[in-house]
Amino acid sequence: MRIVVLGVGNTLLSDEGIGVRAIEKLQLDYDLPQEVVIIDGGTTGMEMLDDLSKCDHIIIIDAVRSGKDPASIVRLTGDQVPVFFKTKLSPHQIGLSDVLATLAFIGEQPGGVTVIGVEPVSLETGMSLSPQVEARLPELMDLVVTELRELGVVVKNNLPKAA
Amino acid sequence: MGKRITIDPITRIEGHLRIDCEVNNGKVSKAWASGQMWRGVEQILVGHDARDAWAITQRICGVCTTVHAITSVRAVENALQMEIPLNAQYIRNLIITAHAIHDHIVHFYHLSALDWVDVTSALKGDPGKTAALAGSLSSWSGNSKQEFTKVKERLSGFVGTGQLGIFTNGYWGHPAMKLSPEVNLLAVTHYLQALEIQRYASKIVSILGSKSPHIQNMAVGGVSNPIATDSQSVLTIERLMAIKEWIDKLSDFVKNVYLVDIAAVGAFYADWTAIGAGVKDYLCVPDLPLDTKGTKFALPGGYVKGGDLASIKPIKSFNDAYFRDGVQESVKHSWYKGGKGALHPYKGETIPNYTDFQDDGKYSWVKSPTFYGNPAQVGPLSRVLAMAAQGHAPTLKYLTGVLDTAGSIAKTKIPLAAVHSTIGRHAARAVSCAVQVDELANQWNLLVENIGKGDTATFNKPVFPKGEVSGVGFHEAPRGVLSHWVVLDNGKIKNYQAVVPTTWNAAPRNEGDVPGPYEASLLNTPVADPERPLEVLRTVHSFDPCLACAVHVLDAEGKPVVQVKAL
Repeated sequence: MRIVVLGVGNTLLSDEGIGVRAIEKLQLDYDLPQEVVIIDGGTTGMEMLDDLSKCDHIIIIDAVRSGKDPASIVRLTGDQVPVFFKTKLSPHQIGLSDVLATLAFIGEQPGGVTVIGVEPVSLETGMSLSPQVEARLPELMDLVVTELRELGVVVKNNLPKAA
Repeated sequence: MGKRITIDPITRIEGHLRIDCEVNNGKVSKAWASGQMWRGVEQILVGHDARDAWAITQRICGVCTTVHAITSVRAVENALQMEIPLNAQYIRNLIITAHAIHDHIVHFYHLSALDWVDVTSALKGDPGKTAALAGSLSSWSGNSKQEFTKVKERLSGFVGTGQLGIFTNGYWGHPAMKLSPEVNLLAVTHYLQALEIQRYASKIVSILGSKSPHIQNMAVGGVSNPIATDSQSVLTIERLMAIKEWIDKLSDFVKNVYLVDIAAVGAFYADWTAIGAGVKDYLCVPDLPLDTKGTKFALPGGYVKGGDLASIKPIKSFNDAYFRDGVQESVKHSWYKGGKGALHPYKGETIPNYTDFQDDGKYSWVKSPTFYGNPAQVGPLSRVLAMAAQGHAPTLKYLTGVLDTAGSIAKTKIPLAAVHSTIGRHAARAVSCAVQVDELANQWNLLVENIGKGDTATFNKPVFPKGEVSGVGFHEAPRGVLSHWVVLDNGKIKNYQAVVPTTWNAAPRNEGDVPGPYEASLLNTPVADPERPLEVLRTVHSFDPCLACAVHVLDAEGKPVVQVKAL
């Protein structure tokens, strides 16, 4: 089994970088088995083709324009995923959607895709998240970990136990 | 007043590009290139440690991560007048060359070939005839009747589901599409094969760069790859041998497929050798340093004036004053506060002053760079012309080869002057790619030889002086001259300016109101159907604009009449 957790976004545009920030946290705070590949995709496209090819599942973490309140977290799966790309909710779905479409064309598409997104509060120039989005990070991580566990992955938490 | 066409992308990645054209009697009579390049990063960098700049700048853009990383370390090293260990130069050279090959293959096959190739027509292609045609042009092993049959079936199946997927939004059936069904089938087949091949170039970047898609091994002073011939965790002989194998696969494809395809497309679209020249002053910098100081290079650079190769003025070293002193940027037509005339990048200011789109005033977020006061075209065509002008043998070999192959298909002699055109830019990119694939093998040999001599150094520690120093780093990136200009104060960044290739090419009018390369190249471009301005996209795409974009086509009232996706 091969599962990819892909964080995308531009880390120079504050909340746009949420996907990448989540990936950094995932690597730091959790022990994951080898079958889980973590990718910081940034805003790249075709360079990811090889990494995303023939995997069983991809979890995409991204900034998403869902029309919900700022800093809301959304989870899209199944039929909702193509809609996510079609209606351009995400600022960088173009590179990524092309990669996924290409994989479909060459018969190397993932078994499943889940998008876990956060509605951005700020897209201003800056290297840190807005306080509101930063505050949602633990919840976002829980969602990613739950997703992985539902796929049958054993996830160990490196975080110190709450007192 | 003719019809006004606005092509305005909607993506925010890499900043977006908008092209406005006035069309009179079926031809473009006036053009504006307006861009939202990402300039804010320069403000982010101020105050940071100079050693961290490369990791930040590689996030400027999703397409050009590696090129900003390399240029940034070169700028800081130039400010410190550092020498870089040979191994580090070779490893960097391998990374940037593999990246460039990847970029060129993907640009041609996946981002722009569909401007010329009609996918739906490929469904009518006869696999047997396609194999006969392909066999007459190249010995590539992927040109068999079985392969073409397989691709045709896969394509039919895909289209049969009602989803064109990656091929949606193309200009299928447009009157400017001229290839036969067999040539279209050939091109679609190579499109798929190129998807496989580009992976090898990506793998080279990720193995040497320690990670993909963002490299991790860069450092001011060298690279962080430890070299040990007997350890698994570092750059081993085993890994180097794998890289060699991938280089051979890339070489086979570039020489037997890419170069041949571009000659064929050029021959079938020979009318496009007379369209899209624009600015014929060409600028390119030397790259792939072969010594520690950056005074000897595998690929020469220079400035060619008015398309005349005899006018070549070489740019010779990382300290070249002719380059350093010749660059200025104007903001007269850009959305920044100005009034000081064109400024050298060390003195560059980036203070926003948005005014809305003013045809004769400010209309772009892109600054307008000039070389000794004039706009310059940058990119593979500039690279090929500057190298050819200096007698660079591999460049001359592949350039002549492409012109001869195209000539034999078109049954006419194609002169060198044909490259000053839209299709010429594509041909030059393929020539450049072939030169680079040879250089990839060469740099690999140099690295292995040098390690064989017992040299394992990859890093010199930078020492930051007290007070102010400044430096420029340049790189002949896939899209052309990229330069980073840095002013340091006690090792901290005081000013940072990036003059990127797309800034040169997508420049708005400059201090003297002279149009930039995109704008100039669009003049007189025929437009058969203003609602489907394929011809405009062909010329803009031939520059390989640094953005993957979805574009709206607006009518004069600003209402979308067509929405197309242009890549």
